[in-house]
Amino acid sequence: MDVSIRRVRKEFDRFPALHDVSLDIRSGELIALLGPSGSGKTTLLRLIAGLERPTEGAIFFGNEDASHRTVQERNVGFVFQHYALFRHMTVGDNIGFGLKVRPGSTRPEKSAIRRRASELLDLVQLSGLEKRYPAQLSGGQRQRVALARALAIEPKVLLLDEPFGALDAQVRRELRRWLREIHDTTGHTTVFVTHDQEEALELADRVVVMSQGRIEQIGSADDVYDRPNSPFVYGFIGESSALPVRVDNGELWLADRTIGLAAQDVPNGDATLYFRPHDIELLDGCGGCIAGTVAAGRRVAGTRRVELEIGGDRQRVEIELPVGHPAAQQSRVAFRPRRYKVFPAQAA
Amino acid sequence: MAAAAAPKRWQFKRPSVIPGFGLTLGFTIAYLTLIILIPLSGVVWRTAALGWGDFWAIATDERTITALEISFGAALIAAAVNVVFGVMLAWVLVRYRFPGRRIVDAAVDLPFALPTAVAGIALAAIYAPNGWVGQLLAPLGIKVAFTPFGIVVALIFIGLPFVVRTVQPVMEEIDREVEEAAATLGATRFQTISRVILPGLAPAVLTGFALAFARAVGEYGSVIFIAGNIPYVSEIAPLLIVIRLEEFNYAGATAVAAIMLAISFAMLFVINLIQAWSRRRYGYGV
Repeated sequence: MDVSIRRVRKEFDRFPALHDVSLDIRSGELIALLGPSGSGKTTLLRLIAGLERPTEGAIFFGNEDASHRTVQERNVGFVFQHYALFRHMTVGDNIGFGLKVRPGSTRPEKSAIRRRASELLDLVQLSGLEKRYPAQLSGGQRQRVALARALAIEPKVLLLDEPFGALDAQVRRELRRWLREIHDTTGHTTVFVTHDQEEALELADRVVVMSQGRIEQIGSADDVYDRPNSPFVYGFIGESSALPVRVDNGELWLADRTIGLAAQDVPNGDATLYFRPHDIELLDGCGGCIAGTVAAGRRVAGTRRVELEIGGDRQRVEIELPVGHPAAQQSRVAFRPRRYKVFPAQAA
Repeated sequence: MAAAAAPKRWQFKRPSVIPGFGLTLGFTIAYLTLIILIPLSGVVWRTAALGWGDFWAIATDERTITALEISFGAALIAAAVNVVFGVMLAWVLVRYRFPGRRIVDAAVDLPFALPTAVAGIALAAIYAPNGWVGQLLAPLGIKVAFTPFGIVVALIFIGLPFVVRTVQPVMEEIDREVEEAAATLGATRFQTISRVILPGLAPAVLTGFALAFARAVGEYGSVIFIAGNIPYVSEIAPLLIVIRLEEFNYAGATAVAAIMLAISFAMLFVINLIQAWSRRRYGYGV
């Protein structure tokens, strides 16, 4: 089911949570809403579910305006961060709940409901746990049950609100791969909210980066990582270093020296240079490069992260060096970013 | 490692980092003994002085049996009524914000504070055939004051806060997300309440029921003013005990007391077992 969000605005007590958001989700797509807390991603998800009503704008399911449909009518599967399982019901009853509360004419037989519950348990790899109570399961298992419960109603859209947020890193990674598999088997249009960029980039077909109630960028993992369209996205996705520079006729200047990087299409004046700490080349001499004093160095997994103080105002940037690299012992390091992006100052 | 390898021996106390087990358990037992067990065993002791024959005669005496039936029957009905309306009242207090909510909230506790005799007199005055409510009911042929029905009314009055106060905090803890989950699965509001919320409240409701029931069984002050106290009709067991005492028939009084004690203990014990079972199952505060 295609889902189309058209110019939606949402205010809570006059406090705007979403400004004029539009988003088209294609049928069968797996989309991540990624952003820091307070960016409006959960609000957007709840608007799609019908747990909130938009102040303005409309939400279409296919060609049908669902804005004024109730939650119950929308037939969405929603998975909550803290599972929200019914703890007085067995796992089997939890999964069958959505079918059991259907009006008599569309309600399957009891045996059919039970069969469906056990099929779904197989799908989420918890076969044979029908009789358990949620309290007897681990966090990861509970979230699987919550997903099975959401899938039981054959939802038009599957919505997950920080589904792995309450789980530890190991389980998260495992469930992430597993969710991808489930998505590929069932083909449900899926939207999930996360503040974990690794999760979003690894899992989603497209990532929607949000900040302060607006969508900053929509694109594949490659798009948002390699071609961020705003300083926010550059800073939020992946590691990044920023350095204030000056643009003069398409050349970048640091104080009174050019650093040998071009900046087409950027107006003259103050700007900010963004680059990835690992995506640099070290230089020996310095005719057109960035040079700085080593201020600190940390070992991070397979690399050494070095903090440099640059220029008279001691602007700090980070670069990454291979662990054994001799440059880490030097007091001064000169480098030039291989790939970078320059944003005019007012946008930063 | 050695500890792990050692054969498992039954231990009275499991090793724990929390100190003071001996001290607190000792204090608990001493305190319970002093305050509850010694007085109650006095009841049994006194009754034992009767011998089986006499005890059986008192226990099977029709007046005793009717009084016990009225006491336990009225207490059960009152506790059941309190469960229904107490849960509703708690729901209103927890879920809605309205002017005067705090006053209602405070008023719930009044039956705790009011001398029960005052409550009994007030209820009797209101429900008497010439009272405010009584005169409205009289034309319908409903008599409340001075009938077993009056006893139930008095017991409802004194038991209400127990249900409200046990259910309220649990209700406040209910996760909004659980209701939202039910809604996304297609459950109507009514289905959400009846299938998700109320069953989740069951252990708290059961506790409230047990407390209200226990309180109602032992109630004396308010009931004697509204019940009419007609033997075989509206005479409660606690009153029968007092009557026996006034006749200086101490053995007879303690016999009735011992029977009440046994029944109450058995019922509360069963209720506790049900609770423990449901707690374990649903994982509430294990």
